[in-house]
Amino acid sequence: MQVSVKYFASLREVIGEANSVVDIEEGTSVNSLWQSIIKRKNIEFDNVMMAVNMEYVKSGHQLKTGDEVAFFPPVTGG
Amino acid sequence: MLIEIRKKPFNAYAEMQYYLDSLDIVGKYGATANFVGSMRDFNEDNKVTHMTLEHYPGMTEKHLETIAKDSIEKWKLLDVLILHRVGKVKVGEDIVLVATWSAHRKEAFESCRAIMEQLKSGAPFWKKEETSSGATWVEKNTPGY
Repeated sequence: MQVSVKYFASLREVIGEANSVVDIEEGTSVNSLWQSIIKRKNIEFDNVMMAVNMEYVKSGHQLKTGDEVAFFPPVTGG
Repeated sequence: MLIEIRKKPFNAYAEMQYYLDSLDIVGKYGATANFVGSMRDFNEDNKVTHMTLEHYPGMTEKHLETIAKDSIEKWKLLDVLILHRVGKVKVGEDIVLVATWSAHRKEAFESCRAIMEQLKSGAPFWKKEETSSGATWVEKNTPGY
């Protein structure tokens, strides 16, 4: 199945792209997806925050086809 | 309730008055609390010339709406206004405005503080500062309590 992935701020610069579409197996957790991305990109990134369909999720959250997944650093607004 | 992400500079106090004038709560509210965050020319030991604020369109608005709605319910607020800048921000410009209206001061004070702290810790915004030693992403916010 396919999900779209977005990256923001310093993570976008480290990854080198803002958006991508990835193929994953049914039932993949958001953390498994993250681990596969950092392995493929050969990067290290601490304290990543994860959201699915514009809501924060825990690392074990299972993805569904068509989900919009976002990874980003700790937020610094205000 | 009004939540807006602004690309252009705004005057927080004028915006607060303008929004209040559009409401029909005269006689009902006895307390207004607000917080205005503005752009400094320093951060830690570096001189900052300007910064760029990025957000996650869609999620940022959704997250702020949830915070505002929960606060209205928890503190029985009459209204809430949240404005936040994105894009290039210059020294002295307003970055964020949170205003709350309630019958009594306790609810206005407490909710304004709580909304601001929740915005700081959860709303997807990121600051990149231009300093004398180059552009750097702000890694974390200073504690509010």
